[in-house]
Amino acid sequence: MVKTPVQYNKKQRRLVMQENVAAYAFLLPFLIFFVGFVLYPMFMCVYTSFFDATMGREDIFVGLKNYQDLFQDEVFWIALRNTLVIVVVSVPITCIFSLWVASAISKMPVAATSAFRCIFYLPVVTGSVAVTMVWKWMFNNYYGIFNYLGKDVLGILDKNINWLGDEKYALWCIILILLTTSVGQPIVLYVSALDNVDKSLVEAAEVDGATPKQAFWKIKWPQMMPTTLYILVITTINSFQCFALIQLLTSGGPKNSTMTIMYYIYYSAFKLYKYGYGNAMGVILAIIIAILSAIQFKAGQEK
Amino acid sequence: MKHYSQLSPEQRRAKLYSIFSCVVICLIAFTFLFPLYWIITGSFKTKTEILSSTPVWVPSEWVMTNYENLMSKRTAPLFDFSLFGYTITGPTIPGAIRWLLNTVVMSVSSMLLTCLTAAMAGYALAKKRFYGRTILFSLIVCAMALPKQVILIPLVREMSALNLYDTIWSVIIPIVGWPFGVFLLKQFAEGIPTEMVEACRIDGASEWRTFTDVMFPMIKPGVGACAIFTFINSWNDYFMQLIMLMSTKELTISVGIATMQGENSTDFGILMAGSALASIPIIIVFLIFQKYFTKGITMGAVKG
Repeated sequence: MVKTPVQYNKKQRRLVMQENVAAYAFLLPFLIFFVGFVLYPMFMCVYTSFFDATMGREDIFVGLKNYQDLFQDEVFWIALRNTLVIVVVSVPITCIFSLWVASAISKMPVAATSAFRCIFYLPVVTGSVAVTMVWKWMFNNYYGIFNYLGKDVLGILDKNINWLGDEKYALWCIILILLTTSVGQPIVLYVSALDNVDKSLVEAAEVDGATPKQAFWKIKWPQMMPTTLYILVITTINSFQCFALIQLLTSGGPKNSTMTIMYYIYYSAFKLYKYGYGNAMGVILAIIIAILSAIQFKAGQEK
Repeated sequence: MKHYSQLSPEQRRAKLYSIFSCVVICLIAFTFLFPLYWIITGSFKTKTEILSSTPVWVPSEWVMTNYENLMSKRTAPLFDFSLFGYTITGPTIPGAIRWLLNTVVMSVSSMLLTCLTAAMAGYALAKKRFYGRTILFSLIVCAMALPKQVILIPLVREMSALNLYDTIWSVIIPIVGWPFGVFLLKQFAEGIPTEMVEACRIDGASEWRTFTDVMFPMIKPGVGACAIFTFINSWNDYFMQLIMLMSTKELTISVGIATMQGENSTDFGILMAGSALASIPIIIVFLIFQKYFTKGITMGAVKG
């Protein structure tokens, strides 16, 4: 009688071992890629940010110098300001616009809903390069459609505007294109969230005499809170990462007016070959995004 | 249906509002479709029509010159690899075709590898109890929340150290490591009753058979979503392709078109032909599989 639990424990332990081995065997292929090519580079990003690193020579340890330089770098502050402008303008517009579109199209017949969902998702699928090329043409000083519409059709402009070459307009043009490529996913998410709202609650409210407006804000909106939170977080991350548009349209110019952190990282690392400096900026960007996501989560949970 | 005049003012306003929003959404949808229309028609326009300051809405004659120019600008071998120290090179073909082939090979391999590794890992995370499970899962979630581009500088150096820089693998491998697929398939696997898995084990099936014969068929919709999601995202992952690929024969279609833009920045005909070539295949894939795709987006968000 004394022996049995011991034996049982042994067997149990063996089963636990087996389970562990099997689990890690299933995880192994993924872990190789994940640890080797996501976690290790993440660690290296932080590590190299303390070094003066460039091509073809050993890295030199410089401590916090990269960060000090960064805070004294005027272009970095311009880039940070532009990035924040993009985020602050595009995130609320994307969220509100996609909520409005989703609530309008989800009331339509099924075929219409999925057709509209597709159309709004198209700019994402088309790919950033193709989208950028065509917008570049549309914004063009001489052959672009915007100058034609503004000058010859609507008569607002008295002369052609070099949209992407003018520091007053360039950033806003980028934001406009960014908006068309970022509303697709939130619309898909909101449409399915609206589908999943508990119908009996809405009906009960309507029987009790709630207007559609009240039903929306009092019943549906609270139930969609997790979706809204997720959309806020991914839209913020996406706006921070806006890169292809800037690299292909303006290269950060004119006069750094469209310089963003993401582009400045690319520029420092792959044009100036200052890897350590670029990594330091990457770390700062990651910290900013982490803080913003945490704030959004906190705010969302409190509600 | 009540007649309009029988509605109360409240209902009347609601009705008017819904008509109004419908019209506005149609207009906006039209502007969303317009760039695509402009790419396709632009690629068939003559040079004078493209460079006219009054837009030509529909090409008066549809010409292929832009595509011909695109094909003749760059050339690359159809394939090339080394075997026992000999380099075997295929016949020379237009660069754009090679880029398209590269993109297809890259997207398909990322898709297959991601689905396989993610299905296995997702199953283990959802159904197995093992040491380090919580830590691993929080690492996965953290990695997903951080901007992917931040790791690109270390990745480039890592790839050059591994002699993979400027090969298609340098783009494929980081995509496979990206944990979104695992996250998605874990959600799916959690929906499968654990009893199914246990019954299978009691009946004497090995771990691997349990996975291939019971688990995998049941998470197939999730795998489909993961596949189409990975395919489209890797096709369009411009930043990574840009910094990893250098030589003409290794480029993908996106980077190829972007390089051409550097040289012929106002030859919009060629650029539109290239853009059409890059985007039409992926749009067709999207339209065919959009059901799975939508599912993938929404499933990934449930617990995000």
